[in-house]
Amino acid sequence: MATGEALLTNAVGLHARPSVKLTQLAKSFSSTVEIAVSSEGPWVDAKSPVKIMRVKAPKGTLLHIRAEGGDGEAAVAALIDLVHRKFDEVEESAHG
Amino acid sequence: MANVGIVIVSHSMKIAEGAADMVRQMVGDTVPLAFAGGNPEGGLGTDVEQILGAIDQAWSDAGVAILFDLGGAETSAEMAIEMMSPERQNRIVICQSPLVEGAIIAATEASGGSSLDAVKQMAEELSPQ
Repeated sequence: MATGEALLTNAVGLHARPSVKLTQLAKSFSSTVEIAVSSEGPWVDAKSPVKIMRVKAPKGTLLHIRAEGGDGEAAVAALIDLVHRKFDEVEESAHG
Repeated sequence: MANVGIVIVSHSMKIAEGAADMVRQMVGDTVPLAFAGGNPEGGLGTDVEQILGAIDQAWSDAGVAILFDLGGAETSAEMAIEMMSPERQNRIVICQSPLVEGAIIAATEASGGSSLDAVKQMAEELSPQ
């Protein structure tokens, strides 16, 4: 089990558009990828756009990420990188 | 295998076009996408011919998922499916979900290479059953 965490620093947090990007990235790995807003869970399937959009984590949330599978380490690293890149959003036009 | 295509059917051309814009901007262009909206006179309504064209445009060997806004649009979409060739008919599904949210969720799911059934299921997970 690979684990990691990343702080949401983009203005809108885990809103619709970031959710789509996170889901798409998670789907590119064969491992099971899950996120949670607390280390105790509940853990949410990072490949489900519906479930990820329901998380609605605001800016400042510490996102916990875990993955199980052959490319688990790479999956966790890629998701952390996406969060650190603020989901590649242009902050001025980030409406969600 | 190609990604599942998405077709947006609304009674209003503006809604159909706007929803498609949102899908393009949020999900990207890896998913075939087309829309149909309004009647042939340019008013509110749906047009089977236009829906047929949209299905053709968004066609993918993986299938096509249709999102609609109100009951009449669903009926028109069903009629359009009936007019398709039998081998295409079983690769077209209508999703029972809100139009805009459903289109974005379905396209996101499709962009990951999911099957037609998985795309429909994910879009319908939006609505409490």
